[in-house]
Amino acid sequence: MTQTQSQATAAKPARPAPVRPAPARPVASTAPATAPLDARPFVQRLADLPGLTTGATLIGTLLLWEAAVRLLAIPSYLLPAPSAILSSFTAIGFERWMTHIWSTLRVAILGFALAIVVSVPLAMVMMRSALLSKTLYPLLVIVQSTPVVAIAPIIIVALGAGDLPRVVITTLITFFPLVVSTATGLAATPPELIELSRSLRAPAWREMTQIRLPYAVPYIFSALKISITLAVIGAVVAEFVAAEAGVGFFIQFSTSMFKLPQAWAGLIVLAAMSLTLFQLVVQVQKRVFPWSLPKSEH
Amino acid sequence: MMIQQPPAIRFDRLGQVFRTRSGQTEALRDVSFEVAHHEFLAVLGPSGCGKSTLLRMIAGLLKPTSGQVEVFGMPVTGPRDDIGIVFQKPTLLPWATVEDNVIFPVRHKTGRVSPRERERAQELLAMVGLEGFGTRLPDELSGGMQQRVGIARALHMDPDILLMDEPFSALDALTREVMGFDLLRIFAERPKTVVFITHSVSEAALLADRVLVMSGRPGSVASEHLVPVARPRGPDSMKDPALLDLTADLRDRLMTRAAA
Ligand SMILES: Nc1ncnc2c1ncn2[C@@H]1O[C@H](COP(=O)(O)OP(=O)(O)O)[C@@H](O)[C@H]1O
Ligand SMILES: [Mg+2]
Repeated sequence: MTQTQSQATAAKPARPAPVRPAPARPVASTAPATAPLDARPFVQRLADLPGLTTGATLIGTLLLWEAAVRLLAIPSYLLPAPSAILSSFTAIGFERWMTHIWSTLRVAILGFALAIVVSVPLAMVMMRSALLSKTLYPLLVIVQSTPVVAIAPIIIVALGAGDLPRVVITTLITFFPLVVSTATGLAATPPELIELSRSLRAPAWREMTQIRLPYAVPYIFSALKISITLAVIGAVVAEFVAAEAGVGFFIQFSTSMFKLPQAWAGLIVLAAMSLTLFQLVVQVQKRVFPWSLPKSEH
Repeated sequence: MMIQQPPAIRFDRLGQVFRTRSGQTEALRDVSFEVAHHEFLAVLGPSGCGKSTLLRMIAGLLKPTSGQVEVFGMPVTGPRDDIGIVFQKPTLLPWATVEDNVIFPVRHKTGRVSPRERERAQELLAMVGLEGFGTRLPDELSGGMQQRVGIARALHMDPDILLMDEPFSALDALTREVMGFDLLRIFAERPKTVVFITHSVSEAALLADRVLVMSGRPGSVASEHLVPVARPRGPDSMKDPALLDLTADLRDRLMTRAAA
């Protein structure tokens, strides 16, 4: 897991940047000192506009970055300038990008889907049988604590070429939080409803589908949000081991050719992919299961 | 007046001992009492004296370790269709509309819902004062309204017996009082055999035909009290001297028990 975790942190630097609303604050707080009294709510309202603070942060960061690289003459293998990254990004061309993105996306989504298909029923089985739960849990923990990067080559050898080994690697990385969270959710149902179900002598499967599973939805979505970003990491890890295409492959390839701005471009594409997929999960929960969100987020 | 009919509920020298990893808990010992058909019985007693356990045994969710429970003259062997339960918390399904929550027992039991049952849900919602709220989600409702849905849900399969476990404990004092008067009206319209657990002495006296006071550890029946107030009852009954005497007496008994 250490390998995948270092992967996780390696992919991060590009990610938190747009989330931080830092530079908007000083603008808002210094405003009342110079501007007339009613200017403050306006600036604040401006800062509250969705995307505006994020955009301002992003642009500010990029400008600072560009300036730093130029003024301090930082060599491009240490930190390429945004302009250099951008020009290598456009140099790649739309079609090549699409090939790489589609390759990674396909594996990430298939692996993620397989993880859901495996872990939700597994959690249901573990919920129903204490014995199975006791036998399976240690096994799951062992699988989870084995560094996937270490078994990835074995899986590739065992399952041959094609998407399958990469999908399996992705699933291995993503399914653990799903199983644990789903099992927790299934067990978190109010005991009164279980008594109600028993007092109605309803079949056990209906207790599962009509009570426990819907009650687990918020738990499942917390795990899905973690798992979807893990899925991208999983796909990339698999590409590092064996692949002819994919954004992870592209980054590795570019680095080995010392084309660092190009590798950075790949990294940014990867971060954008992760963010998009994460947002997709968030939106699905918002649209399909609005009741599963805390009240404030409706 | 109904001499030939067996009592709706009969406890016969019932005992319940829970075995847990940390040892045994004797929750109930030698509990015997009866509830007549269409009688409203309120049960008072300190926390942990086994009131909820009693209800779970009537509902057939728990087997007594000694003695027995009979419902309509038959020993309880498991859950029955003619018993409805209202819990302390409304515990509605947060994803289902109010109406779907009311029909939930039918859907959960049979997997199907007929238009007739939807109609019935509408009638019940009107009866508990929630006309027009059928399409709302539970979290759009106040605690009192949610508990009204819980009551409608328990009544939907038209049970003969209604078990209510501290149904108003989570509500504020005013809402609680209003709910009490509404219950009086509902059961005047559709008489039921009710076992109603509460910590409120005045609530017990206002609603019940008879009040059972339990003592704790192990739980057993300490005393029984007929409520000498005629029906129909309403806000004025609260000022009835007979009712005031009874509440004072009940309060004394509970106090001395709590102090002991
Ligand atoms: N399933 C159970 N297992 C073990 N002990 C239990 C169980 N249910 C209730 N008890 C114990 O039995 C006693 C009575 O519980 P309960 O009926 O919930 O009391 P009340 O409803 O009067 O507060 C308590 O001491 C409680 O801890
Ligand atoms: Mg209780």
